[in-house]
Amino acid sequence: MGSYYDGQQSGPFAGGDGDPFSAGRAAGSAGLTGRPPGFMGLQSSSFADFLGSHSPGLLPSRTVPGLGTDGGSGQAIRDLPHATTIVAAVCEHGVVMAGDRRATLGSMIAKRDVEKVFRSDEFSAMGYAGTGSVGIEFVRLFQVELEHYEKMEGRSLSLEGKANRLAWMVRGNLGAAMQGLVVVPLFVGYDEEADRGRIFSYDVAGGPYEEHRFYSIGSGSLFARGALKKLYVDDMPAGDAALACVQALYDAADDDSATGGPDMTRRIFPVIATVTADGFRKLSEAESEDYAQQVVQGRMAAPDGPTAPLRNGQPPSGGHA
Amino acid sequence: MPFYVSPEQAMRDKADYARKGIARGRSCVALQYAGGILMVAPNPSSALHKISEIYDRIAFAAVGRYNEYENLRKAGVTYADITGYQFARHDVTARGIANWYAQTLGTIFTESNKPFEVEIVVAEVGEQPSGDQIYRITFDGSVTDEPGFVAFGGQADQVSAQLKERYSDGMSLAEAFGAALSALSVPGNGDSNEVVASQLEVAILDRARDHRTFRRIRTARLDELIGESRALTDPKTPEPKDPKAPGDPKTGTEASGPSAPSNAPADSGPPTGPDPSSSDRGSGQGDGTPPNPA
Repeated sequence: MGSYYDGQQSGPFAGGDGDPFSAGRAAGSAGLTGRPPGFMGLQSSSFADFLGSHSPGLLPSRTVPGLGTDGGSGQAIRDLPHATTIVAAVCEHGVVMAGDRRATLGSMIAKRDVEKVFRSDEFSAMGYAGTGSVGIEFVRLFQVELEHYEKMEGRSLSLEGKANRLAWMVRGNLGAAMQGLVVVPLFVGYDEEADRGRIFSYDVAGGPYEEHRFYSIGSGSLFARGALKKLYVDDMPAGDAALACVQALYDAADDDSATGGPDMTRRIFPVIATVTADGFRKLSEAESEDYAQQVVQGRMAAPDGPTAPLRNGQPPSGGHA
Repeated sequence: MPFYVSPEQAMRDKADYARKGIARGRSCVALQYAGGILMVAPNPSSALHKISEIYDRIAFAAVGRYNEYENLRKAGVTYADITGYQFARHDVTARGIANWYAQTLGTIFTESNKPFEVEIVVAEVGEQPSGDQIYRITFDGSVTDEPGFVAFGGQADQVSAQLKERYSDGMSLAEAFGAALSALSVPGNGDSNEVVASQLEVAILDRARDHRTFRRIRTARLDELIGESRALTDPKTPEPKDPKAPGDPKTGTEASGPSAPSNAPADSGPPTGPDPSSSDRGSGQGDGTPPNPA
């Protein structure tokens, strides 16, 4: 597969209509003459590539003409709903990802029950922080991208392949990100060859950066990561890792106004997903309620949550009991 | 073109050419069963598929030239994915894809010198059996809606006739599989080695599954299914083990399963007919079975 950075486009930071998705593929297929009608000459194992040549308008990552980075339009963009905190932790033979349910609109709450953790394919999951509408399109495109590759080639992409593919899509969004439509994903998956979970993070210009043990993104990520650092134990069972993630989300909600805690009155709880050798599984409402209840009950007695041992060598505090 | 060729003649020549190409391969079947849609194709290759997934509830099966139907399959996947991405996943329908294939094949048939030597089936599993759809599209772009079951490929008529006798609504998977096997082993549709699991490509659209319903049935599960369908065919002789006996595909598989009932009770019905003679017919019929059935 040709490189996307092979000079067909004017450089990674090209603005305007320098759309990385449409580079390469369109030039290649335009040379074919007398090809059969419809999609017959346009096939690619990358759906995003195909979309770039067939109907680039459908790609999420397009800059909005006439939109500056400041002034009135900047305010309009700041007023779009934003998704906030996602945490992920590697567990025994897998990985757990959890996200809070709040979307904010400036200092207001835009939505209480938004979901930002998704199945991307059988052995991977993704969450995003940033502009909600762009994030949703990203998730959809990435889901189709992975499934399309699988159907075209008869095999799944490797986990690194998926992570790299997502990096390229994030990079494609750079122009829009400069205008304020920022979206940053967090990608986790089960590596079938290594039999372990892996986490990949991104910045607005792409990535991926492989993270070890645990990671978090979004506005509450600093607090969540600090909490997770003290709660995380290598090779935790998936259930413990899920509980640690919910604890971390609670701490993030404690200190970050844009992150929502468990909403006991409306029964809105964090979305938790596990990816193991058995594949992706989103925990049921009842299960995530159970984790949320445990955390909230514990915080009734100790509002700051479980404490980590002060000196190394002490057994880890067994939670809030 | 120095000589005038009448359009009728040109079309007839193209059609003959395409038919001849398709007739070189063995027929395949697709049929409804209670839990979804079953597709069975004789295929010695485990990597070059005749049956594939198109979308969540839609599958594709083809006979003819591999490069041509593979190209069509990929185009169909692309069509389905872009439709689903643009609108919603349940807006992708077998009817839409079948129409698109019909248009494409029709255009190729009339406009290019060489028609595609392929025959395609597009099947969709519904929420209820009444929602199941099976479409057959031929090399010239004609499309037919086949309720319940379809046989397609070179010997489609014989296979279809046999399938019709065995087919009934609401069959179990093992019953449907038995019907498919008996149909595929009618005289003329290649030698009967295909009853060996390694010579079969089997896939289902499973109504009960969420999201992606397409599943291949392979190796151990396929052996099991062959055993189950044999046990149904002749309940008196418990022979599910015999067909699995490796080593002698000629005698072992031929003698064991379907041929037995024809000798003994003779009331097990249609599937028994072709089989007793099939072991020697395999060698005798050189014309129907070229080395490359794809």
